[in-house]
Amino acid sequence: MNFCILRAPGTNCDGETARALEELGCGAEVVHLKRLLDGRVDILGYSGLVIPGGFSYGDHIRSGAIVGRVLSHALGERLSRFVDEGRPVLGICNGFQVLAEAGLLPGFEGTSRFPEMALSKNASSHFEDRWVHLRAGESSCPFTKGMPPVLRMPVAHGEGRVVLPPGGLERLEANGQVALRYALGSGEPAGGRYPENPNGSAGDIAGITNPQGNVLGLMPHPERAFLRILYPDWTRTGGEGYGDGYLLLRNMVEYVRRL
Amino acid sequence: MLWEVRVSYKRGVQDSEGESTLKGLKALGFGGVEGVSTAKVYLIKGNCSRGDVEEICRRLLANPVSQDYTIRGIEGEDE
Repeated sequence: MNFCILRAPGTNCDGETARALEELGCGAEVVHLKRLLDGRVDILGYSGLVIPGGFSYGDHIRSGAIVGRVLSHALGERLSRFVDEGRPVLGICNGFQVLAEAGLLPGFEGTSRFPEMALSKNASSHFEDRWVHLRAGESSCPFTKGMPPVLRMPVAHGEGRVVLPPGGLERLEANGQVALRYALGSGEPAGGRYPENPNGSAGDIAGITNPQGNVLGLMPHPERAFLRILYPDWTRTGGEGYGDGYLLLRNMVEYVRRL
Repeated sequence: MLWEVRVSYKRGVQDSEGESTLKGLKALGFGGVEGVSTAKVYLIKGNCSRGDVEEICRRLLANPVSQDYTIRGIEGEDE
């Protein structure tokens, strides 16, 4: 099992993501976008694709726009095949923005030529960099199944507010595509309240999946919540063992093993 | 040829930068200001037709869910 961790100018946490997947017993190769574009590397040679966080191309135009549009232009057909074959695609933070711009999410009718959603500037106008509570498990996505009722992961983004066309939220809900929501400490959805919902996303959406469930985009960073020692309260809890991000990444790896 | 592309938020999409600017202007005493919207302007120079610039907007500069765009020929448009 070998994952492609896509790297573009401005990517971050690619090393942490690779390290987390290696801990789960997978191969993880950090591959620069250029190598995919010039054909030196074939995306179909990998069991899964992770697009990490960061500020690709300086977040110019819109976050994730340049990588997303270039990927769909140059590799559209191969990426669609990758997804149709059921291989997992995980977009974290800037990676989620890339998947939205590439038309891979929400993917109502498969990959779309133009985006069907936007991740717009946070309602607070701030860069929101802190830990949030999440609620999982309402979707068809196998990566978020069997999670505890409340998860904790950090967010770090300026453009995370999910904007959908009219009827889009209802469609996502009806299809069971809302994989993660911002929540209160009790696990109830945040109900649009700030700061629990850090960006003003419609439906408190923190992550969505495609109708098949094998593409997941989320604003929180699972790789930064992989170990308990990465949590802000590690001095009080002892910081032993794995965190909530581990559960999500482990689920993705187990999903590949079942393929 | 020189083209000006203006990308702005669609009506109903929150423009948080515009809202902050409005707050700032109110605080500076500009009581008459009722609203501020922001837009991004790109100046595109080269041998491209209006149709090419239209395609540039669709393919990269605007997200059709949240943004609108307008195109204006500044120099050398021969239509």
